[in-house]
Amino acid sequence: MSRPQGGGPRRVAITGMGVVAPGGSGRKAFWNLLTDGRTATRKISLFDPAGFRSRIAAECDFDPAAEGLTPREVRRMDRAAQLAVVSAREALADSGLVAGEGDPARFAVSLGSAVGCTMGLEDEYVVVSDQGRDWLVDHSYGVPHLYRHLVPSSLAAEVAWAGGAEGPVTLISTGCTSGLDAVGHGARVIAEGSADVALAGATDAPISPITVACFDAIRATSPNNDDPEHASRPFDRERNGFVLGEGAAVFVLEELEHARRRGAHVYCEVAGYATRGNAYHMTGLKPDGREMAEAIRVAMDAARVAPADLDYINAHGSGTKQNDRHETAAFKRSLGERAYELPVSSIKSMVGHSLGAIGSIELAACALAIEHGVVPPTANLHNADPECDLDYVPLVAREGRIRTVLSVGSGFGGFQSATVLREAA
Amino acid sequence: MSVLTADAPAVTGIGVVAPTGIGVEEHWAATLRGVPVIGPLTRFDASRYPSPFGGEVPGFDAAERVPGRLIPQTDHWTHLALAATDLALADAGVVPAELPEYEMAVVTASSSGGVEFGQREIQALWRDGPRHVGAYQSIAWFYAATTGQISIRHGMRGPCGVVVAEQAGALESFAQARRYLADGARVVVSGGTDAPFSPYGLTCQLGSGRLSTGADPARAYLPFDAAANGFVPGEGGAILIIEQAATAQDRSYGRIAGYAATFDPPPGSGRPPTLERAVRAALDDARLTPADVDVVFADAAGVPDLDRAEADAIGAVFGPRGVPVTAPKSLTGRLYAGGPALDAATALLAMHDSVIPPTAGGADVPPGYALDLVGAEPRPARLRTALIIARGYGGFNAALVLRGPNT
Repeated sequence: MSRPQGGGPRRVAITGMGVVAPGGSGRKAFWNLLTDGRTATRKISLFDPAGFRSRIAAECDFDPAAEGLTPREVRRMDRAAQLAVVSAREALADSGLVAGEGDPARFAVSLGSAVGCTMGLEDEYVVVSDQGRDWLVDHSYGVPHLYRHLVPSSLAAEVAWAGGAEGPVTLISTGCTSGLDAVGHGARVIAEGSADVALAGATDAPISPITVACFDAIRATSPNNDDPEHASRPFDRERNGFVLGEGAAVFVLEELEHARRRGAHVYCEVAGYATRGNAYHMTGLKPDGREMAEAIRVAMDAARVAPADLDYINAHGSGTKQNDRHETAAFKRSLGERAYELPVSSIKSMVGHSLGAIGSIELAACALAIEHGVVPPTANLHNADPECDLDYVPLVAREGRIRTVLSVGSGFGGFQSATVLREAA
Repeated sequence: MSVLTADAPAVTGIGVVAPTGIGVEEHWAATLRGVPVIGPLTRFDASRYPSPFGGEVPGFDAAERVPGRLIPQTDHWTHLALAATDLALADAGVVPAELPEYEMAVVTASSSGGVEFGQREIQALWRDGPRHVGAYQSIAWFYAATTGQISIRHGMRGPCGVVVAEQAGALESFAQARRYLADGARVVVSGGTDAPFSPYGLTCQLGSGRLSTGADPARAYLPFDAAANGFVPGEGGAILIIEQAATAQDRSYGRIAGYAATFDPPPGSGRPPTLERAVRAALDDARLTPADVDVVFADAAGVPDLDRAEADAIGAVFGPRGVPVTAPKSLTGRLYAGGPALDAATALLAMHDSVIPPTAGGADVPPGYALDLVGAEPRPARLRTALIIARGYGGFNAALVLRGPNT
């Protein structure tokens, strides 16, 4: 790590944003979906889901060629890489930075993904194993890019190539908090002086038979197969699991003075971040929300933000029975009475739960909320669980001045993460 | 940031689970013997594959080293890491129950997650149907499984991280540990393991085009040798316990003095590779110069173009034959995320015992490499500073500077 050059602590700004989410590609389509309160959950079309318990998902209508990927890129990249690269290019264009300009040595990548190149690994497995018949698979049917699918670091490598980054590059893979953790790491790398600019975000494309089957096995996903549009119901009494999603969001993070010197548009700054483990259970959550509350407290301390300063909480809000109670308790524990005054919403009600990607997609929603002064709603929330007694912004977006936002995530492994974004004064 | 001014963190415990053995003593003795522990794979019948060799952990019995309940819930890669963590904690004399829960952190590197577990479950899905996938697939296959299980097993509620940069990831985990310490953690469990051996895992690795197809296991992986024709993969790795310098006191094997990472431009870009810059930046970070470095633990890809590129970078920083270079991974095969973690452990042991461990092969280094490669015999030397180099497939470069305990 090189040393920062003089002055006070280095602040980190978001100066560009790219999103590929269910309901439309690009940050504009994404924001329209959220502010309209529409849902993008539907019957799975990426494969035939007959025989699975949950047959619904939030899919991206993603055409890689139309998004500018070349045939070679399409062939070597898993869908998760394609989503990430398209998002990264949108973010760069948005920031006004040009790939290949600037000092590549000071340009980092921190990409998150929970399950890496699952689709590519499964597709190729089916071929080399003759549909699961052979344990000793036939390597002669293996494609040359198979190794890139085995090592999910290839996702970060593709983003680095897309941006021309030659500084520190890594993949962060902390399950469903990957998207918060990757942005937190990217901001850290800039703050400590190891880079001035970073592409940071996350991607996942898990809508494949093996992922759907493994969530079926633990009944984590919603079986509302007859009503997919209304299946993702965070905080609602009728909720019965999350709806799997896919997508990517990538930011251009930039040292604030670096951004100001070039006159870049600053959406907001990454003001604080923390992660903690619950050391309790790989999938289970205690109802007290204790460790998530600790992550929130530490992230707010880092941002020098008090509960009274917060204007909005973007919840993890996965729509499982235990999550929504767990984090409601965490908000009360960390914010006291302020928790009851704040709008809290879950965009997973609209775009589903894209595992590692969703944390970054949610940060994009937070940055856009600050930018436009609009809190996205929680769709499908008609009858709140009595144990979920905060203001979850049901159904309809809400306008208002938003300066400071808290976003949280919770994931398998027991990881609890919290990020504070703040208007850059 | 405080990370840059804090006293260099200390390594207070080492847990090795590697082809060279289980525990520091077995590993170090086998490493100094200098005899490759690479052989035909036993985890499955690999004889039909063009690269049937690997480095496997000898005599690893999960039932002895992993809580019984966790064995069916986790992949072999996680078993190895849980065992290594137990060894490392015991070695450090750290009793997690006695420490503040939020001041213990975990960060591990994985290259490919639960390869063998994943193949079993994906086979169940495609052969028998969706309802045959077990409940543990969702927590065993993904890359975060090991960190999560270590955190849970030891009640560590501080920051939990997982980094993936193929081989380079393990060094990144140590850099991340340093950040956690700067933020207030007291003890960090960090490092990496991998277990890449299942038929599908091996088939995927064949796609890299870098595996050796040599017929003699003893000569299949010969980094920096004129006969180099690829590498042999291995399983296992090492977990280190890293603590703040002030609390480590006299229990230290050595210190994490410097780190840097870079990424190479894509092939055909016309831009130069960046490994040399990573090494220089890591030395800058440690406030040291090339002359301070007593030994380099090389990445040692065993692929001629990559060996030459690494030799060029070492030569550019240290001058021709300017520093002893060794590659003990030539004995074990490349352990992916476990490899550089094991190198770091080995380097600390080498500094402690004042001896540079050997490199298998190394008898015929092309003169153009201009390397002072430590050959088949250990070389006694006073060692205060070691540099570890790791490269991850696709362009990842990382360099770590370790210093001995009394520097």
